[in-house]
Amino acid sequence: MRSLLPPTTVCDESPSSTGNRADLRPQKIRDAIIRLAGNSQDGIQSIGGFLARLAGRSEQEVMTYMTIPSTISGGPSIFQVRIGSGEVLSAGDEADFLVAFYQHSYQDHVVSLREGGILLYDSDNVQPDLSDKRFVYVGVPITGLTVEALGGTAKDKGKNIFVLGLLASIFHLDVDKLKALMRERFASKDESLVNTALMAFQAGYAYPVGNVLNNRYQFEKLEKSGRPQVTMDGNQALAYGLIAAGVRYGAAYPITPWSSIMEVLRSELPKYGGLFVQCEDELAAVSMALGFSYSGHLAITGSSGPGISLKTEAIGWASMAEIPLIIVNVQRGGPSTGLPTNVEQSDLYQAIFGGHGDSPRVVLAPSTVEDCFYIALEAARIARQYSTPVFILSDSALATRIQAFDEPDLKSLMLEAKPDLSPRGVDFRPYPLDQITQHAPPGSKMLGGKYPIVTGLEHDEHGHPTGSPRLHRAMTAKRRTKLQKLAGELPPPQVYGDEEGEALIVGWGSTYGPIHEAVKLGRESGESLSALHLRHLNPLPEGLDKIFKRYKRVIVAELNDEGIYGYGQLATILRARYGDPHIRSFTKTDGLTFRVKEILEAVLKIS
Amino acid sequence: MSTALETPVAPVNQPEKLTKKALTADHPTWCPGCGDFAVLASFYKILEKRQLPQENIVTLAGIGCSSRFPYFVNSHGAHFIHGRSIPLASGVSLARPDLKVFVFGGDGDGFSIGGNHLEHGARKNVNLTYVIMDNFVYGLTKKQTSPTSPIGFKTKTDPTGAIDQPVNPMKKLISAGATFIARTHHTQVNHMNAMIERAMEHEGFAVVEVLSECVEFFPGAFDSGNPRKGGEFKVIEEKKHDGTPEDLSRHDVTDESAAYQLADLPFPGVFGVFREVKRPSKNTLEQKWIEASRAKFKNASDLELLQQTFDRMK
Repeated sequence: MRSLLPPTTVCDESPSSTGNRADLRPQKIRDAIIRLAGNSQDGIQSIGGFLARLAGRSEQEVMTYMTIPSTISGGPSIFQVRIGSGEVLSAGDEADFLVAFYQHSYQDHVVSLREGGILLYDSDNVQPDLSDKRFVYVGVPITGLTVEALGGTAKDKGKNIFVLGLLASIFHLDVDKLKALMRERFASKDESLVNTALMAFQAGYAYPVGNVLNNRYQFEKLEKSGRPQVTMDGNQALAYGLIAAGVRYGAAYPITPWSSIMEVLRSELPKYGGLFVQCEDELAAVSMALGFSYSGHLAITGSSGPGISLKTEAIGWASMAEIPLIIVNVQRGGPSTGLPTNVEQSDLYQAIFGGHGDSPRVVLAPSTVEDCFYIALEAARIARQYSTPVFILSDSALATRIQAFDEPDLKSLMLEAKPDLSPRGVDFRPYPLDQITQHAPPGSKMLGGKYPIVTGLEHDEHGHPTGSPRLHRAMTAKRRTKLQKLAGELPPPQVYGDEEGEALIVGWGSTYGPIHEAVKLGRESGESLSALHLRHLNPLPEGLDKIFKRYKRVIVAELNDEGIYGYGQLATILRARYGDPHIRSFTKTDGLTFRVKEILEAVLKIS
Repeated sequence: MSTALETPVAPVNQPEKLTKKALTADHPTWCPGCGDFAVLASFYKILEKRQLPQENIVTLAGIGCSSRFPYFVNSHGAHFIHGRSIPLASGVSLARPDLKVFVFGGDGDGFSIGGNHLEHGARKNVNLTYVIMDNFVYGLTKKQTSPTSPIGFKTKTDPTGAIDQPVNPMKKLISAGATFIARTHHTQVNHMNAMIERAMEHEGFAVVEVLSECVEFFPGAFDSGNPRKGGEFKVIEEKKHDGTPEDLSRHDVTDESAAYQLADLPFPGVFGVFREVKRPSKNTLEQKWIEASRAKFKNASDLELLQQTFDRMK
């Protein structure tokens, strides 16, 4: 099945064949999906990164998708970048343009090329099946020309930049902007590196690609109003969101695909007078983060599934002792070591229910790279206001996805949070039954003379341990009702598509793009489809039942297993919450993000 | 004619001077005769002597009989989960240099479930004072084998006697790189006061192991170190660097292999300071990095810093 949205939407039919190829006017396009397939050490991520950042600087929409092997070096790897002059919701099902560095890249990925798509291959390494007439073949001796351009010692290092030059020529990209990006990227290193890169780029750009390819393309210029765009991946957006939220302390242990958040925070926080510590293990990391929070500085810890499992006991303490804490889980495939570099949304139960006892906590999930930034702000606000642990459930698709988005208005968003060490009055209680706990951090004078203990034992209002049945009941309710109060303050969820109708697709997390694109395409072909994407997973916002009633079918689409009883994790929770048998489930567990057509097919099939 | 009345000031119960009375909180839940009472009394005494601002004292603990300590001290405090008090305390210490951080716990909390954190807290040399009340047995859960239980000691989990080689706390701490290591006995009050006070003065990771008898599940465990019970309390004589011939045989607290040798003496061994060395604390090193980073960016405001970063991402 070919992509429903013709990925190279032609909006200006320019003459496609003339006698003189040099006179070709570029064909205007709105959208292109370029898949780069090679090995992980070839630097294909950097080509993708340059393209993504160029799109961001050109006020275009951009989204990337990357797979990396979990081996240390080598192994097949892809980077897909979709650039659009309109709204780009997903990284795309099928590529318009496949760059194959090796025979295996060609063999493995030619299936992802749409009919009529262009295969750009390294003719030094790849021998495509030219009898397959579905594709346009463009062979360029990439390896040889790179070596030629750079001289012998570089071997074929730099062929990624050569390809970037080729792409710049084929897509009429802004060469000045690209060169500026390369200078910025390599400037901190050796000056000769900048020159080498520019040489490789120039060689690719000057290659007479017109001899083998009839068309040239150019992205339509779209006048975008508003703020300039910033381009980054989901983990960066989350890290900078935390910084904007005034989070200055954190601790963690490295694990894929979480680590880049801690790397950013470790380098960045000292500039802000804060600190991020790499700990000996996950237990120490969550404990140290709780130490930071207890001392009055809301802190962050994070990990991926296996590490979150290890942190679970301490997160229960945060619920019981009512200590604010942000826990980021960049989900990957599980259980156990699972699929370290693949995507899955199978830690929702763990986030909501993980641990022993009734330990309520807040669970949020960002839907896009941009949302990673804003959800961090929201998590910090909730953690502080409700003195509670807050989970942010990201995943490996968001972690490595690069998107351009409107620069946040930092001036109005930035928070500078300092511990409140003001003296507390004689009636201060750490655990008042009639209010939400707000702790007095150490250093605060207690005018009543009695200093508070925060504790994981069940306690009375002053923090004294108690086994009283009445108090355990009351305190359990206290910890629960604050989240019920939060539920009432959450913004009502917005429906995308028809306000009522045939089918509502409910999603959460990184699947926002493919779900919304499926709804858009389905509606364009006459289907009655809508989408509702949940950012607040625990507690759920109010009013979902009323929305569900407006549709004949409610289908929860998520990347996890249907479980023993036939429903995915969010579907199970929604069914338990609303007792609504119309709530159906669509799940998958292949470690890959949803394709648009998968969603459409499934939704139209489920009755 | 109305007289302006001064707003009545709320009675402030906090005394000017830090006394044992002001420091006393809940009555300890320990069994009568427990060695931990002596440690608590010692702690009150030292705080009274040192007159720290009460609001800046923080007592933290994990799980165990001795880990109930924070409830019995009227200071800011937290009762955390089993074995993780050191990373919790490290967080408090690193983020809040204005506070005086004390950690209390037992042998199970420190050497068994929390053993890894003890190693790394010591290695990182986080600035805090850690008092380990070692009773050689699990008391709160009623007599199971502890990591320091001697071979042959009968417990509910080793009914025919413990078979595993016990941890040697001093050797563990020396190898981990703790910068202050001392050992004392709950019956030797003056010695215990001196050890805890020196630990408190130390800049870095300071640990005092107190042999603290569990009268319920391991009575008499430490009699061999108690002169009143016919034992001998052998105190380490520290080098005075006075050039006298006697000084040659005294212990050099900076000599790592000498500390190992003392740690290897047969039970009850010797008491006093095994090791006291100067090494920059993690607090100092991290602060240095923070200051260098701040200086490099010319103390830019948070908004300016993040704006600069975002400008680079355009």
